[in-house]
Amino acid sequence: MARYLSIVETAGRASIEEQDDTALWFSHAMKNGGADVSILLRGDAVNYALLNQDAKGLRFGARAVKGPDLVRDIKAIIATKIPLYAVAGDLADRGIQSSQLVPGIEQIQRSGIARLIEGHDRILSW
Amino acid sequence: MATITIGIMNPPYESANTPTAFRMVDAAIRKGHDVNVFCYEGATALGYAGQKQHPNAVHGASIEEEDHPNPKEWIKALLAFANEKQVKLVWCNCGLCVDERGVENQIEGVCRGSPVDAWKYCERSDGVLLIGTE
Repeated sequence: MARYLSIVETAGRASIEEQDDTALWFSHAMKNGGADVSILLRGDAVNYALLNQDAKGLRFGARAVKGPDLVRDIKAIIATKIPLYAVAGDLADRGIQSSQLVPGIEQIQRSGIARLIEGHDRILSW
Repeated sequence: MATITIGIMNPPYESANTPTAFRMVDAAIRKGHDVNVFCYEGATALGYAGQKQHPNAVHGASIEEEDHPNPKEWIKALLAFANEKQVKLVWCNCGLCVDERGVENQIEGVCRGSPVDAWKYCERSDGVLLIGTE
């Protein structure tokens, strides 16, 4: 069975309507189906790793919009034993400290991305 | 109060531009302004009546628990909100864009027009914003 690496870079694209990030959701669904998949957060997608984010409170007229619960989704990914990496330099560029992250995320250096890719057979770049 | 025309191009479930546009329409109505929305290209699917909610196995949620957003419901909510606030909200689709995509079955309250209608909305407006797509 091939080893997959989902590299998620685009963030917040349709997360209000979908109530999640579709690339994370797709990767999680693959895992639930038996796939060997890891996830790398890079660029703006490292914001998904923040522990205290909260997208609640949106309304259109009288209709409340639940929005995404990315902390729930990231915790579920980790609980499902999907290796989850984030690029340390991209976190630092955005002022995100390690103490602000959902526990269980492994930080890697930019110089380590190529090695991570080498360790997988199929790369899904989102 | 002012009249505002907002153009939207992105299809549903593709871009943060969509909730941003809805938020601006909501805010304008909330402040008592009249709003014209002209949906072009993929945005004409926002009011498609065939949108359906679904359960979400990855979230472990039933269809009720997931309560998945369908943009057609957001349009209905904004039309009702405009009515409640006694302001005018026009939600108009580019007719040819609708035909190309086969999304003729639209919710009640959405009308069909052309670029000329969009231009007329602009002419009658105090402010115009086109939220383009990439």
